[in-house]
Amino acid sequence: MLRIDDLVVRYGSAVAVDGISFEVGAGEMVALVGPNGAGKSTLINAISGLVPLHSGTVACEGRIAQVPEGRQMFADMSVEDNLLLGGWSIRNRDVGEVYDLLPDLARMRKRKAGRLSGGQQQMVAVGRALMARPDLLAIDELSLGLAPLVVAELAEHLRILSRERGTAVLLVEQEVALAFDVCPRALVLEAGRIIAAGPSVELAQSETVRKAYFGDLAVAETMTGATAPATTEVST
Amino acid sequence: MTELVAYLISGIALGSSFALIGSGFVVVHRVTRVVNFAQGSVAIVGGMTSATLLDGLLPHGLGEIAAVLLCGVVGLVIGLLAIGRRGTPPLISLIVTLGASMLVSAAIIWLWGQDPVAPPGLGGSVTILGAEVERQRLLVVVATGVAFAALALFFSRSYLGKGLTASASNPFAARMVGIDVRKMGLLAFGLAGILGGLAGVLIAPSNPLSFYSDLPLVLSGFAAAVFGGLTSPLRTLFGGLCLGVAGQLTAGYLNGSYQTEMALLLMLVIMIIRSRAFVQEEVK
Ligand SMILES: Nc1ncnc2c1ncn2[C@@H]1O[C@H](COP(=O)(O)OP(=O)(O)OP(=O)(O)O)[C@@H](O)[C@H]1O
Ligand SMILES: [Mg+2]
Repeated sequence: MLRIDDLVVRYGSAVAVDGISFEVGAGEMVALVGPNGAGKSTLINAISGLVPLHSGTVACEGRIAQVPEGRQMFADMSVEDNLLLGGWSIRNRDVGEVYDLLPDLARMRKRKAGRLSGGQQQMVAVGRALMARPDLLAIDELSLGLAPLVVAELAEHLRILSRERGTAVLLVEQEVALAFDVCPRALVLEAGRIIAAGPSVELAQSETVRKAYFGDLAVAETMTGATAPATTEVST
Repeated sequence: MTELVAYLISGIALGSSFALIGSGFVVVHRVTRVVNFAQGSVAIVGGMTSATLLDGLLPHGLGEIAAVLLCGVVGLVIGLLAIGRRGTPPLISLIVTLGASMLVSAAIIWLWGQDPVAPPGLGGSVTILGAEVERQRLLVVVATGVAFAALALFFSRSYLGKGLTASASNPFAARMVGIDVRKMGLLAFGLAGILGGLAGVLIAPSNPLSFYSDLPLVLSGFAAAVFGGLTSPLRTLFGGLCLGVAGQLTAGYLNGSYQTEMALLLMLVIMIIRSRAFVQEEVK
C-alpha cells in the first residue's frame, strides 16, 4: 500500500535521504532502525508530506498518520482537543473509539497536554494519530521515555491494529530488540541509505547490522543484551 | 463626580474599540506570528463604509453588518498580500501590512476625502449617576462584550476555532494532522478585519473618523495587544479598557491632544514591565 521509489530528500545541499526504495503492504509491520542522523525521521516526514521531496516518488493508497519525534503536542490544549484535532483530515470527532483502546487517555481528557509527563504525552500522540483512522501508522520512536510496561502495552495495541484493522505500521525505534520483536520485517538505514533489509530474525544475527551500530554504545548494548551473542567493542 | 462618570463611560467605550482592534492583532499574531499594522485603517474603512451605506442605502443594522463584513474581506485581501506567498518571513509580512495600510489610507482619501466622517449612531442619551451618556457609547460596550464572548466561544468550542488555536500552538503538528496552516492564517486575517471593522463601525458615531485616525487607532490597539502579550484576547480587552479610560481622563482633566502620547507612554511602561514575561513566553 506504500511504495517508495528512489527517494531523495535534501536540506539545502545536505542529503538526508539518499535514494531509498521499499514497499509496505497492507497491515504489514516494518521496523526502521539505524544510528542517529541516519535519516529515519526525515524519511517518515517525507512520507507524511511534511518535508519536500527532492526526487523520487512516494505513493500511498490510503491515509497516513504520524506519531512524530518529540511528541509535538498542542501543549496549551486539552488531551481531548489534541485527539479531536488528530481527526481533522477526516473530520472524525468521535474520541470514544480511541478511549476504548487507550483508557488512560479518557482519565486525563481534560488535562492540558503540555502538563503531562513524557510518557503520557506519547500516549496522546498515539491516540491522536489513531483518530485519523490511518491505513499506515508511521511512528517515530515509540519507546522513548516510556515505562517498559506501557511500551509492551502499546506494542500489543499495534499488533492488534495491524491484525484486526489491516493498519500497516512503520516503526522507527532505537530499541532495536523491541523493533525486531514487534515487526517481522526490518530496514536498516545508515547515512540516508538502506544498508540491510529483510526478516527481523535474520537481521538480528547479521554482521552488517552490528557494524551499522559500531560505536553507538547504547544500541550496541541493547543488541548484545537482547539478540546478538557477539562480543562488543567499545570505541569511545 | 458626574464629570468623572462621563469620562469613565466614554473611556470604556473608546477602550472597547481599542480592545477590538487589539484582539485583531492578537488573532493574527497567534496564528501567523505577523504583526498586522493595517488594523487601524481597516477600522476606518468600517466607519466610513457604514456612514455611506446608512446614508439612504441600507437601514440601521444591515448597514453596519455589511460594513463589518466588507472589512472582513479587506482583512482577507491584506492577508493574501502579507502571507499569500508560502514561506514569507513574518517580518517581511509585517512590512507588507504597513504598505497595505498606506494603500487603504489612500483609498480612504480618494473615496471619502480628508474630513472626519460620522455615521448616524443610535441617537439619544440616558442618564447614569447624574451623567448624560450617549446611547451609542453603551452600545459600543455591549457589542464589544458580545464580540469577545463570541470570540472566546469560537476559539474554545468550535472545531474551526480549535484548528486556529492548534495552528497557533504548534504549526508543525497542525500540518501533520492535516490542517492547512496558511489557510488558517488567512482566516485569522479575515477575522481581524471583522474585529477592526466592528471597532470602526461602533466608535465612529461618537468619535468621527478620518484617515488621520489611523495612527492613534493602530497605536492604541497595538498597545492593548501588547498588554495581552500579543497572545491573550482577554488581557487585550483589559489593556484596551485601561488605555481608553486613561486617555479620556487625560483628555478631560489635562489636554485632549495628549491622548495618543498617553497610549504610547502606557505601551512603553507595559513593555518594560512585561518584558521579562515576554522573554519567558518566547522561551516556552
Ligand atoms: N531541519 C533540518 N535542517 C537541516 N538538516 C537536517 C534537518 N533535520 C535533519 N537534518 C539532517 O538530516 C540528517 C538526518 O536527520 P534525521 O533527523 O532524519 O535522522 P534520524 O535518523 O531521525 O536521527 P535520530 O535517531 O537522531 O532521530 C542528519 O544529518 C541531520 O543533521
Ligand atoms: Mg529521528
